[in-house]
Amino acid sequence: MAIAQPGLWKRHEFFEKNSILLLIGILIVVAIGGLIEIVPLFYLKSTIEAAAGVRPYTPLELAGRNIYVREGCYLCHSQMVRPMRDEVERYGHFSLAAESMYDHPFQWGSKRTGPDLARVGGKYSDAWHREHLKDPRAVVPGSIMPAYAFLDRPLDAEAIGDDLTANAKLGVPYSPDMILRAQGDLAAQLDPDGTDATFPQRYPGAVLHAPGEKGRASELDALVAYLQVLGTMVDFKLYDDKKNLR
Amino acid sequence: MTDLKSSAPAATGPETTGHEWDGIAEYNNPLPRWWLYSLYATIVWAFGYWIAFPAWPLVSDHTRGLLGYSSRASVLADVAATKAARAALGQEKLATADLTAIEADPTLLPLALATGKAAFGDNCAACHGTAATGRTGYPNLQDDDWLWGGSLDAIAQTIRVGIRSGHADTRAGEMPAFGRDGILKRDEVETVANYVLSLSGKAFAPSLSLEKGAALFAQNCAACHGEQAKGNPEMGASSLADAVWLYGSAPQEVVATIQGGRKGVMPTWEGRLDAATINSLAVYVHGLGGGK
Repeated sequence: MAIAQPGLWKRHEFFEKNSILLLIGILIVVAIGGLIEIVPLFYLKSTIEAAAGVRPYTPLELAGRNIYVREGCYLCHSQMVRPMRDEVERYGHFSLAAESMYDHPFQWGSKRTGPDLARVGGKYSDAWHREHLKDPRAVVPGSIMPAYAFLDRPLDAEAIGDDLTANAKLGVPYSPDMILRAQGDLAAQLDPDGTDATFPQRYPGAVLHAPGEKGRASELDALVAYLQVLGTMVDFKLYDDKKNLR
Repeated sequence: MTDLKSSAPAATGPETTGHEWDGIAEYNNPLPRWWLYSLYATIVWAFGYWIAFPAWPLVSDHTRGLLGYSSRASVLADVAATKAARAALGQEKLATADLTAIEADPTLLPLALATGKAAFGDNCAACHGTAATGRTGYPNLQDDDWLWGGSLDAIAQTIRVGIRSGHADTRAGEMPAFGRDGILKRDEVETVANYVLSLSGKAFAPSLSLEKGAALFAQNCAACHGEQAKGNPEMGASSLADAVWLYGSAPQEVVATIQGGRKGVMPTWEGRLDAATINSLAVYVHGLGGGK
């Protein structure tokens, strides 16, 4: 018995026999899913909550972030407190989209060999971070984290202005003035006396750090500055949870 | 390809699709019914899901779904439920009760100790050690030597505001860099270091005058550390007359402390931990053995 072949089925045969057409057909079908799931995130205002306090990274923090990405920290550390009770209990308020809106690319990660770092800022002292990065087992005996002692070397920040420019092109609100002053601002954050009074105007709330060695910015300094700002920008006393249910 | 429908295999065999490549024909076995109906069921389920849960993006918002589910509302409810369950155990009282009253209350104390122990492991152990014995630069919390006071309230306050933490009311002592900032010359630094160590019987250089060291101490150090060098918890000045040395008691370590000053940092925990947890931590740390 030959089976009945409806007209539409016959047309399917057409795709099966022409691989290029099949490819184009697959692309169109897959793109529909992508367009419906992804494109609305760019125009829906509800994607990113209104959360006061999130500012672009300072040049020093951005340099530290580059090191974080370069060293592949995201392979073991996530930066995403998921909306689950146990995570909120351990790490603090669940992460907001606004908190990573200036991250290009974001560092949410999907692997937690080490703890989540979304709210690590302010949890330890700078000195602790230095010791821990140089030799994790010196402070956490059971740690399996590799040592990053080699980061105690001069920071190559020659291109930090370009980094700011690239981020500005992606929509991070760095003003031309901020880009122009990138080098000076990087040094200003490593001056605990706060001699540059204009720095806090450009980066409100930025914490000043003492460099490991006076007069020299090291990669370690930058990375510590980055870790210390993670999850600290939003003041959750002022944030309205009920207004931002998703 | 030639259409072989007309010359299909024997009528007894399975159906073929009619396709044939190089003499190989393709069977057209039907999908198992259970599989096919499961597929239809999932499609029906999807329609139900679209209606019940947030699903489709619209022009300025998205469909909210009839059930009004929100993952954030769900976690907030979970957190609130846990809080209520803990309140039933009496944890609310940990936030408001007097700390000495907690320590005296036989039902509150075990709760505070359990809460404190868990919070200590997660938040404090990284610096002070899992056994709270501290290490160079991070005080031992098992002993009775306290930089900022060892009473329950003093411990709770230190946890709340931290030390040089950026909190508005942070504790912050000022141990100047006597050598680096040129207040004392190098030989004076060594002389005063020798004197300070002599107080606990560890004088290291007989050639350095203890009398001169005592005079330098009275001039430069006594204002904070006290004339008897017993320290002052009001200013976070450590006792220099005992055997406890946060930054080491070797001569070169004490010299380095006087030369460059010390600026240890403890984070503020207000905001990160709630009042009940901070109070529990204070009770736990106080109960480690050295509480005053």
